[in-house]
Amino acid sequence: MSSVNNSKEPLLRIAKRDGISRPKAYAIRLAAVLLSLVVSGIFIFSVTKLNPVEVYKAIFNGAFGTPKRSWVTIRDTIMLLCIGVGLAPAFKMKFWNIGAEGQVLIGGIITAGFMRAFGSTIPTPALLVLMAVVSILGGCLWGVIPATFKAIWNTNETLFTLMMNYVAIQLTSYCVALWENPKGSNTVGVINQATKAGWFPSVFGQAYGLNVILVLALTIGMYIYLKYSKQGYEITVVGDSENTARYAGISVKKVTIRTMAISGAICGLAGFIAVAGSSHTISTSTAGGRGFTAIIVAWLAQFNTFVMILISLLLVFLQKGAIQIASQFNLNDYASNIITGIILFFILGSEFFINYRVILRGGKEAEHK
Amino acid sequence: METVAAVQLKNITKRFGKVVANDRISMEIRRGEILSLLGENGSGKTTLMNMLAGIYFPDEGEIFVNGAPVTITSPKDAFTCGIGMIHQHFKLVDVFTAAENIVLGLEDEGRLDLKAAASRISDICQKYGFVIDPNKKVYDMSVSEKQTVEIVKVLYRGADILILDEPTAVLTPQETDRLFDVMRNMKADGKAMVIITHKLHEVMDVSDRVAVLRKGQYIGDVATCDTSPQKLTDMMVGHAVTLNINRPDPKDPIPRLEVRDLTVYDAMGVKRLDKVTFTAMGGEILGIAGIAGSGQKELLESIAGLQPISPGASIRYRPIGHTEEQTGTELVGKTPLQIKQAGVSLAFVPEDRLGMGLVGSLGMTGNMLLRSYRKGRGAFTDRKAPKQLAENVMEQLEVVTPSVSFPVRRLSGGNVQKVLVGREIAQEPSVLMTAYAVRGLDINTSYTIYNLLTEQKMKGVAVVYVGEDLDVLLELCDRILVLCGGQVSGVVDARTTTKEEVGLLMTRFKKEGEKA
Repeated sequence: MSSVNNSKEPLLRIAKRDGISRPKAYAIRLAAVLLSLVVSGIFIFSVTKLNPVEVYKAIFNGAFGTPKRSWVTIRDTIMLLCIGVGLAPAFKMKFWNIGAEGQVLIGGIITAGFMRAFGSTIPTPALLVLMAVVSILGGCLWGVIPATFKAIWNTNETLFTLMMNYVAIQLTSYCVALWENPKGSNTVGVINQATKAGWFPSVFGQAYGLNVILVLALTIGMYIYLKYSKQGYEITVVGDSENTARYAGISVKKVTIRTMAISGAICGLAGFIAVAGSSHTISTSTAGGRGFTAIIVAWLAQFNTFVMILISLLLVFLQKGAIQIASQFNLNDYASNIITGIILFFILGSEFFINYRVILRGGKEAEHK
Repeated sequence: METVAAVQLKNITKRFGKVVANDRISMEIRRGEILSLLGENGSGKTTLMNMLAGIYFPDEGEIFVNGAPVTITSPKDAFTCGIGMIHQHFKLVDVFTAAENIVLGLEDEGRLDLKAAASRISDICQKYGFVIDPNKKVYDMSVSEKQTVEIVKVLYRGADILILDEPTAVLTPQETDRLFDVMRNMKADGKAMVIITHKLHEVMDVSDRVAVLRKGQYIGDVATCDTSPQKLTDMMVGHAVTLNINRPDPKDPIPRLEVRDLTVYDAMGVKRLDKVTFTAMGGEILGIAGIAGSGQKELLESIAGLQPISPGASIRYRPIGHTEEQTGTELVGKTPLQIKQAGVSLAFVPEDRLGMGLVGSLGMTGNMLLRSYRKGRGAFTDRKAPKQLAENVMEQLEVVTPSVSFPVRRLSGGNVQKVLVGREIAQEPSVLMTAYAVRGLDINTSYTIYNLLTEQKMKGVAVVYVGEDLDVLLELCDRILVLCGGQVSGVVDARTTTKEEVGLLMTRFKKEGEKA
């Protein structure tokens, strides 16, 4: 046992904050955004010799440069938000629903099928209601299957929902082959292009007006459901501790299945909105990875559906901006992805500084307030 | 040599957020001495010792070992200084043998020589009077054996300053005596020892000097021979406290819960309860004693409808006001919700508060809601009544929380416990079951809880009190049921029995079982 005499304090230490005032938290976030702009500015200049300010302008242009671009940004934000809202109850219950992608596709296939089959026989308003109902049922089924297996046999829901995605993708491929139009194109083409039967009508003169209204209504509804309803309370309890739920007489099985039915239903409805309200076609990329991106949206927002609006917008904004700078400055995708990566990294990293403090050697622990 | 203290702390301060866990503490640990570190929960004992063991790093202050200043940033640094800590929760690998656990993490040169290690372990055991088999797997060991492995592990690493954090909480009186003998042997060998404990009689029994902490501050130290439990309590609490539990006679006891042939297997197929039969009377406190893991948890949980019960069992419940002739309600086979709907008002304070009794992410209001959220029509919860209840509990039990919506997970253990006990008593139960109701509570609050339980008993409630401190069980309860390995090894009258009798009942079947 040799005696050591290394009276050196570690250079950096990390201590958990005891809570932080709201303005201060927002100040940290704002600082993170500014810092990210500076850092990616340095990156842009050193690698591409472009003026960073011009690049930032281009990013903004890509998302909001023209009314049409703005509406596309809004449409995509709404889509991502809708899936995020659908995932919120599942993740709040700590049910790892990785299957939104598949649930959206199922809703999409069913919508496209009905649109093709009944476009000429059922009037559009009735057809829209019908398609909404069946796509909800489809997504619901896709969510309930893994939930039932989890509730009864305790299967792993992460793997189960993930694999349900592949089933949905294969079904979609099959339907695309079945409904191919024109023959040999390997796509379904725009369904009912001439009659616009089963398409969302424009609201206030905007093609995507109904999308916005539907999804915002869901956003508000989900917020109230999670926060004030008895079922929402049960979701919180089950998510926190299944044993506590059992102790309080809550049937964990019932809540698991019911919540996944709701989660799947909203994702199925998202598929309906994607097909009837935006693309008017179906392909394996109708969900386009949004089922996974929406997981980030749900978690970052801590299941607060109003915060999800902001986060969806940020993600879509960066994505549109990246596409714009890639084409405008002839950068390849990687460069623009690095820029959006830097910005996201700083924004996410700021959460660390909101929850923790870093103390330098010799620094006082006391909080400066 | 005796002039230099083994460890000297100078102005040690540690803060967690706004909470000052240790406030400029200066103290000494000497060789050839057993020092008791005494203080209520949350007074900063464990935090202080964790800084010696390398778990935490002090914000301010200096540590000297053998007179030389040291920096301890990791448990490894602590071992280099000869400091070893035996934590409350054992840190052993279940599928390894004692010897494998002891050498685990040591970076010796060359091949791993378990034989040499085993012989060194045997030497250590012989020297101090430990009994362990180096080749026994940890999962086959009793709690006391595991603790022995932890101590030997520390000694094997050459520690001569030992810190034991509440080592007796999980031991029977007999095992405690054995541990104290070993500690005295180590003391005679010149080792410095610190024992953290709440049990004053143990302090008086084993230690040479007592250091008292209160709310993160160092109050002072006294030689054990110059003090008394009453004086120590006054030092800990800061004012004079009466240490007597008022125990009125049971009020017209009538059978409230009649449990017959209760057998429970756990998920792994291990028998946890074996034909347990007893009656809990309304108007009395039935204590349940036993070594940790003797089936206490399963017993309470199966009454609450949370455990699958093997066929042939019966749990009869008679509400307040029913006579012995009435048959009552059968609880076996009912879910917790069905039990509630059958009109049984059962209050249950489970052992795992955050894991079973409470919702950690919610505030006090949200947790009060757990028992009442189904009330009222409509899809929405009523939060007014729970909020009122939360405020009442906060006031009556002096819960320290920034607000009733502050997540209970972030409250201290004692406050979490108060929230749970407060809610359960507020249900106006006819059966009140508590598992370790005062674990983690300071002396004052513990006595508040004892009084609340007695109050419930006088209302005719059948109180089932699972406890670990035999002194309290003997003072508080009317009858004590002793569990041993899932069987009832005896039911004794708490007014006439002795600690020794209960202690022997706690291990009665175990010895027979080991021979077989």
